[in-house]
Amino acid sequence: MPKDTGIGASSKRREDIRFLTGRGVYTDDLALHGQTHAVFVRSTVAHGRIRSIDTTKAAAMPGVLAVFTGEDFKDVGGNPAGWLINSRDGTPMREPKRPVLAYGKVRHVGDAYAAVVAETYAQARDAAEQLAADSEIEELPAIIDMKAAVADPSNRVHDEIPDNLCFDWGWIEDNRAAVDAAMKAAPHVVTLELVNNRLVPNAMEPRASIGEYNPGTGDYKLTTTSQNPHLTRLLVAAFVLGIPENKLQVVAPDVGGGFGSKIYHYGEEALVLAAAKKLGRPVRWTAERSESFLTDAHGRDHVTKIELGCTKDGQILAIRTETLANVGAYLSNFSTATPTFLHGTLMAGPYKVPHVYVNVKTVFTNTAPVDAYRGAGRPEATFSLERVIDKMCRELNLDPFEVRRKNLLTPDQFPYTTPVGLVYDTGNYHATLDRVMAMADVAGFETRAAESKKRGKLRGMGLSTWIEACGIAPSHLVGVLGSRVGLYDAATVRVNATGNISVMTGAHSHGQGHETVFAQIVAEKLGIPESSVEIVHGDTAKIPFGMGSYGSRSLAVCGTAMAKAVDKIIAKGKKIAAHMLEASEGDITFENGKFQVAGTDKAKTFGEIAFSAYVPHNYPLETLEPGLEETAFYDPANFTYPAGAYICEVEVDEGTGKVDVVAFHCADDFGNVMNPMIVEGQVHGGVGQGIGQALCEFTAYDETGQLLTGSYMDYPMPRAEDVPFYNVDYSCQTPCTHNPLGVKGCGEAGAIGSPPAVVNAVIDALHRGGHTHVKHIDMPVSPSRVWAAINGQGG
Amino acid sequence: MHNFDFAKPSTIADAAKALAAEGAQALSGGQTLIPTMKQRLAAPAVLVSLTGIREMQGVCLGEGGLHVGAATPHAVVAREARAHYPALADLAGGIGDPSVRSRGTIGGSIANNDPAACYPAAVLASGATVVTDRRRIAADDYFQGLFTTALEAGEIVTTVIFPIPQKAAYVKFNQPASRFALTGVFVAKFASGVRVAVTGAGNDGVFRWAEAERALSADFSASALSGLSVDPAGMMSDLHGSAAYRANLVKVLTGRAVTAAG
Amino acid sequence: MSRIHVTATVNGDPVEFLADPRETLLDALRNHLDLTGTKEGCGTGDCGACSVTVDGTLVCSCLMLAAEANGKRVETIEGMARDGLHPLQRKFIEHAALQCGFCTPGILVAAKALLERNPDPSETEIRYWLAGNLCRCTGYDKIIRAVQDAAAEMRQDHRGAA
Repeated sequence: MPKDTGIGASSKRREDIRFLTGRGVYTDDLALHGQTHAVFVRSTVAHGRIRSIDTTKAAAMPGVLAVFTGEDFKDVGGNPAGWLINSRDGTPMREPKRPVLAYGKVRHVGDAYAAVVAETYAQARDAAEQLAADSEIEELPAIIDMKAAVADPSNRVHDEIPDNLCFDWGWIEDNRAAVDAAMKAAPHVVTLELVNNRLVPNAMEPRASIGEYNPGTGDYKLTTTSQNPHLTRLLVAAFVLGIPENKLQVVAPDVGGGFGSKIYHYGEEALVLAAAKKLGRPVRWTAERSESFLTDAHGRDHVTKIELGCTKDGQILAIRTETLANVGAYLSNFSTATPTFLHGTLMAGPYKVPHVYVNVKTVFTNTAPVDAYRGAGRPEATFSLERVIDKMCRELNLDPFEVRRKNLLTPDQFPYTTPVGLVYDTGNYHATLDRVMAMADVAGFETRAAESKKRGKLRGMGLSTWIEACGIAPSHLVGVLGSRVGLYDAATVRVNATGNISVMTGAHSHGQGHETVFAQIVAEKLGIPESSVEIVHGDTAKIPFGMGSYGSRSLAVCGTAMAKAVDKIIAKGKKIAAHMLEASEGDITFENGKFQVAGTDKAKTFGEIAFSAYVPHNYPLETLEPGLEETAFYDPANFTYPAGAYICEVEVDEGTGKVDVVAFHCADDFGNVMNPMIVEGQVHGGVGQGIGQALCEFTAYDETGQLLTGSYMDYPMPRAEDVPFYNVDYSCQTPCTHNPLGVKGCGEAGAIGSPPAVVNAVIDALHRGGHTHVKHIDMPVSPSRVWAAINGQGG
Repeated sequence: MHNFDFAKPSTIADAAKALAAEGAQALSGGQTLIPTMKQRLAAPAVLVSLTGIREMQGVCLGEGGLHVGAATPHAVVAREARAHYPALADLAGGIGDPSVRSRGTIGGSIANNDPAACYPAAVLASGATVVTDRRRIAADDYFQGLFTTALEAGEIVTTVIFPIPQKAAYVKFNQPASRFALTGVFVAKFASGVRVAVTGAGNDGVFRWAEAERALSADFSASALSGLSVDPAGMMSDLHGSAAYRANLVKVLTGRAVTAAG
Repeated sequence: MSRIHVTATVNGDPVEFLADPRETLLDALRNHLDLTGTKEGCGTGDCGACSVTVDGTLVCSCLMLAAEANGKRVETIEGMARDGLHPLQRKFIEHAALQCGFCTPGILVAAKALLERNPDPSETEIRYWLAGNLCRCTGYDKIIRAVQDAAAEMRQDHRGAA
């Protein structure tokens, strides 16, 4: 029987009551006394030299309190990149300054170069319009296409970077010759050129920030839509504005989705703080959706050539890729890690491949910055790999299930060192493949296809077997890989005198359900009701220094820190119990919420111990401190490696090219599962986004750098009628070997594994319909592209 | 939005007077105009709401066919036209989403004449009459290209009169983001012949596909279209579909509409 | 540009306020009436986060001028729980049909409007009706199931009461 509480139970989400009744408090829901409104003046050209900005008229307009331009922030720091990547020749990446407001040049449509603060939003908007009219910006040729950007040294996004190249990275460079030789010797080589489409994250809550400053104390407060308030505080304090870290409180209250886009520090956060200081009043800004499209860090945007060398019977011998990765106009905080160490290190997939080499050239263009978006690098790696394997199966007339079976690592091969620098600790990839085949009733496919055909539809089935590295990240590894920060996390467990518990965590929940799951874990370990545990997150004034939530890390890293802090609580509780029960500490056991002298009936409840800790009338103070509060920092020993197998079935309407996903099956291995209901939801959401990427979402800039898909009228979002119910299973569990909970992380899996399954299914359907000339269709596999592919013409 | 004065008259006559003011603009359901004003692409000095005018509301049978008040929301047309003109009700019930259908009106739609809007296809295929506060305009004369109609400044569409065909159907293929018609085809079979109107596809907005009308007037079946093709030269091309793709959709959807009409 | 005096009923309570002509109903709810449960996700009527009902019909409050609400009956998420949670709210908890919660008020208001018109909608009808409400977190699966489940329970209760 399933548990109804604690680890493994589908406990109901405690955060839901406030959201369901309209009582959530998101940044824009806060109204502050004396608040003022900031509006940004954004470039309407992709590339331009700022000749002059005349602020006179705007500053004199009704209600206007302050006008800022890039000049005001010229001397403060830039928003830094978090990872230093070296090129193949050993030279460090090019790292242009990313200012609070652009000065000298604007580098993408939406690049903010001035801001107005006024009494009302309407006044600020009016003045911003005036300021735009009073700004002279000389338009320069836009650099949009990555190949052209690298080829034409005369036109530069950053004047000091001649070829618009951030770096040219080889992974692993020392293996290159061996991989080339293996490729040359391979009996068959499959080549595929593909595009991993650029996506706009589109968290439903637009970014928003409120800056406050108390002139009496010198304290700053930033309330902002962030996935990691401490990281934002560190960046603003240490790098950008130089505010002492202890004078800046950063609060991320309820946050309406992030998907990566709210990891990063953005200039608007610095502006509202600086403006609040200048005015001594709160300054607020909330993005309009059009600003979100133009300025939230976008995702993906790779152009890749992948080659796969194999035997005629489908044994993979070598993989080699060349990728151009768009980084946009500036380096966002994780943007150099995403196409490299979150991408190249995964290029062996869940397979035993002796030779792998990855080359990534990262290119500056006059487009919005590109950074990690759900999956971040791993969806790109998985898509390239799973598509090229599918193509191999077609070229060699091999069964895609058998080919996977032949190449997947087997359980006896762990720990397995990949040729791209990772050590997979555990897994059972054949188990998830078997499971998903059973779930999808692969044997019954032909019957379903015949039924589809009767309705005039082509049915196809696509497979993807995937792996990711998450639980980001072991500091000792990422340090070697160029990270400028550690990626540990922290939790403080405070047992209150009355025995209930406050847990302060570095992870930030913006949809993941931490308030529920974390409480389940603490309650289980302490043998107390879940309702006695409160999870506190999102406020630097309350929580220990943690790195926030992204990279499917919250449970594996922060959850482990929390579990370790609880272990310390238990250890301290044993000391207290030993004192109270006049026994030796080594004789105290802790079970089911009770501290007991082993072999006796002498015991104290958890509540009694807690109370005693705060009423220590007779404590031996030299050996036993009062209080019951512990903090643990946890730095993982390795990444975690969730893996799984996905099967998608589609129907294609040949007349219109429309693809419907009619079934989607996921067999995932997340290690131990803490709350099945929440895990299901995470997979659903990821698969929904993956289907969105595969079938409809795309980001188009024209040759002048105007964003053509800058609203929901042109950026296709998956809607309720575009997706099916998902069939999700997580029963194949190989617990992670290096964290005590045995968890791996589930937040990104769906978005990583699903796109190739969808595209493979479409290609399958077309081949079954006789359209065997179609080798590949780039995402999104939209109706017009499918129709064009079928009919051999431009979509 | 730039600031404006707001007026909400309760009669057509008062509305006409209010619209005579300098910079006045009619507001119907606001599903297009309000976003446009938020982007500051429209900045009327006076906004005249037509939503409070009772005589412009509702659906009823009358002389010349089904009379649809210009300020009637799509959801009401979907409900009230069902018994009389099911294809029109289907079209209205398929516009946008429930919120759009609650507020958006037929008058607002055809006054704006977005090349991807659904209603123009019904109006043109039905050979409807657009009644304004000044005159009656035949559908064939009313639509004059992208966002362009026969309406004069300040002229208010008050009613649209739809002759009711023997058989009809509207088939729409959604633009994947906006869910407007990437292409939509309305086929209406009258005793006098068949009319086929296409929205979303043409370079000049909604248009009648004359060859299909001839073929279907002779033989009202999807197979009657088999020898026909649509010239991509007259079709729009954008992010969501090339001219060739739209030309294909026109033919495919026309066939499906004929089949659906029965 | 004179301000407009608006009187309306919001969640059963009479309200009045002075609206700038430019203000939308959404602005009025959030800024004049402190009802911040209704969210702005796009401001262009494309995401449904601002869904409310006006005289019983579902609208995007971001596209309706506050002045147009004069004399109307407005219902928002804050008015949904009466004598305890609405069955939809309970079923959303039971199924975990929400994650970040930002789109949730709009989805609940829209779903309630659907069930008032159609107490027994098919999966397709629910998906079609909710196509105006974007959710980026859930992939819609649990939302659809929760609405189906709530509808079934409400039909049961209705039969029980009859």
